[in-house]
Amino acid sequence: MKQSGNILFSGVGGQGILLASELTAHAQLAAGFDVKKSEVHGMAQRGGSVEAHLRYGKRVYSPLIEPGAADILVAFEILEAVRYLPYLHRSSTVVVNTRKILPPAVALGKAAYPENILDELKSHHIKVVPIDAFAVAESVGELRTVNVAMVGAMSNFLAAAPAIFLKVIDRAVKPQFAEVNKKAFSAGRAAVRV
Amino acid sequence: MAFDNETTLWLSGNEAIALGAWEAGVRVASGYPGTPSTEIMENLSRYEGVHAEWAPNEKVGLEVAIGASFAGARALATMKHVGLNVAADPLFTAAYTGVRGGLVILNADDPQMHSSQNEQDNRNYAFAAKLPMLEPSDPAEAKQMIGRAYELSEQLDAPVIIRITTRIAHVKGVVEKGARRGTPEPSIEKSPAKLVMLPGNARVRRVAVEKRMQALRDLVETLPENRIEPGTGTRGFITSGVPYNYVKEIFPDAPVLKLGMVWPLPEKMIRAFAATVGELIVVEELDPFIETHLKAMGIPCRGKDLIPNQGELNSFIVRKAIVPETIGEIFAPLDLPMRPPNMCAGCPHRGLFYGLSRMKDVFVSGDIGCYTLGFLPPLSAMDSCVCMGASIGVAHGMAKALGKQGEGKVVAVLGDSTFMHSGITGLLNMAYNGTYASVIILDNRTTAMTGHQENPASGKSILGEPALALNIEELCRALGIRRVSVVNPHDVEATRKVLKEEIEAPEPSVIISRAPCVLLPEEVKRQKPVYFTNLDNCTGCSLCVQMGCPAISWTPLAPEEAVARGYREKQKGFARIAEVQCNGCGQCACVCKFEAITKKEAK
Repeated sequence: MKQSGNILFSGVGGQGILLASELTAHAQLAAGFDVKKSEVHGMAQRGGSVEAHLRYGKRVYSPLIEPGAADILVAFEILEAVRYLPYLHRSSTVVVNTRKILPPAVALGKAAYPENILDELKSHHIKVVPIDAFAVAESVGELRTVNVAMVGAMSNFLAAAPAIFLKVIDRAVKPQFAEVNKKAFSAGRAAVRV
Repeated sequence: MAFDNETTLWLSGNEAIALGAWEAGVRVASGYPGTPSTEIMENLSRYEGVHAEWAPNEKVGLEVAIGASFAGARALATMKHVGLNVAADPLFTAAYTGVRGGLVILNADDPQMHSSQNEQDNRNYAFAAKLPMLEPSDPAEAKQMIGRAYELSEQLDAPVIIRITTRIAHVKGVVEKGARRGTPEPSIEKSPAKLVMLPGNARVRRVAVEKRMQALRDLVETLPENRIEPGTGTRGFITSGVPYNYVKEIFPDAPVLKLGMVWPLPEKMIRAFAATVGELIVVEELDPFIETHLKAMGIPCRGKDLIPNQGELNSFIVRKAIVPETIGEIFAPLDLPMRPPNMCAGCPHRGLFYGLSRMKDVFVSGDIGCYTLGFLPPLSAMDSCVCMGASIGVAHGMAKALGKQGEGKVVAVLGDSTFMHSGITGLLNMAYNGTYASVIILDNRTTAMTGHQENPASGKSILGEPALALNIEELCRALGIRRVSVVNPHDVEATRKVLKEEIEAPEPSVIISRAPCVLLPEEVKRQKPVYFTNLDNCTGCSLCVQMGCPAISWTPLAPEEAVARGYREKQKGFARIAEVQCNGCGQCACVCKFEAITKKEAK
């Protein structure tokens, strides 16, 4: 089992990245690690690019991941995956939600959404794990579970057993939403090929 | 790690500070929301035995805390770095009066300006106000230090400042929970010679301040918060706060002097440490604060010749500055379309700024809040933004300088919470000294940018209990403004008409643009209509796209594609609404002249 690691979460403000990183942190704590997590609040949350850094190990000092040091990137949007290329290394794994959210310049017709941009990651020998998390959330009947489906997909690459995550979801989510979130987690976990 | 139990918690720095304040026996806490400090007061308000409140601004908040301290209670004032500028007046004199109950000022700096208009290093305030300042390195230490800060405050008869930064406030870590400490019952106890700061008394207290600083200089030499961590190698580090983590990360075996108190500095300890290392490096964020004082002591060191004095540090920056040879392969970033923050779909501010964006020769004096995003394209309808409440004074000064040529061309824009924070006095000044400039108050019924805090006009206290709600229009009239109008910014055309009329008026006027923030919980729950595009009717005029709503996107068309879709060959594209993102404000339907945007049933 890996003794320390860095997990980066990226996406667009409002996609539920804080909850996703929170579930992951709790699972890593339950697995016996020290964990530090860094978030950004305030102005950046209004539809802009957002990120959360999670570091685990025996004793974690810095709350921020260094460039070239993210072992796993959980990206909630394609552009927000490739934007973080400088944080990745040759054995990084990128779990990426394939639903596009157009940045303002693209929505205004002033720039194009780059085609096949995930190939840029592959060309750096980075393992890319695509998932249509929106479709997974739709399949469990609750569109607001996209973030938990992403955690499910990512959990394939952590040592913590799925049971730990399910227990964490039970504690972190309001009781009336626990079942559907656990379903989303399991469906997300099953939706990607490891 | 035994995590899964009652006493070990997973908390953000701000949550840990609230817990620490509660454990220290704090009875009264006051502050104004400001990233990254906001969640401290939100969390503290939920603890039993603490009166926590949102003050209209940081100056009032600190004065409330000073009063509680004078009554013998432990008290807390919280603010972001720029908030301490507002509270600086009471701060400097509270250093003279000293305290009765312990008084802590929790100040949150924002290196990198994640959510701020400047990057000031507030360690300089401790130096200038002659007050002790503690600086924790992580959430666990932040909780510990707040308890220590109260002990020191009462021991030294001084307010104590705790400086945190964004990477304490919004970092989560493991924290140990303790019990609440008993504190003496508050009471009235008069000591006018100490608390009435007229010159005769203040001169006496001035001497006491210096005596206290001397006592403090002795105390810091043995303070457990300042510690030497022995190590190997000739390179030694002096550091404090969050940068301590970066030093430990890169140089786990190096000798480190960790300063938990950054002012005053333990000179003997520093000299002793410096004598044991070959090369002394100060690793600190922002100003060369420690470094400058070391150099004044005549202690040779390196610091800002290596480490940047701007922006937030991280272990990579420290690595690059000191041991660049340890950097491995770093992939270059790709050139991608940026994703800056944007006003939300259905934001009421958009309707107002759309109106202003059509008045190209009007100077829009802006302010601090979500609406500062009105600066961004495509609306591009803000021309200045300095600090909380400045919009009104700036507009007034411009009008006075411009005279007749500026008539009908100067308007201030600020939010409801910002107006109450420090816009009221500016408006009083306009009424008193006269102007043709106008003021727009964007009243979205909350303090939105920092995450929906209640305020004196929202009708609720910090705990959501009913509270007196300021009537903004009555206040404006009472200040002497005769032209006060209220508009619904979602009605874009009516809003534009009022804007034009009021901005052109030759006397001061206030336009209150009133509609609730779409992210307020009651608005999120409300059944709202959705708008959709009748693509057959779209002529590609792009007026709706120019509003910059995240739910509306533009699809460009080549001439043959336009024809294939049944459009005129010249049509450059069409607009489409993403219905899942639409919040049903209807502003786009207001501006569409071709009936291409239609309301659908409530979703």
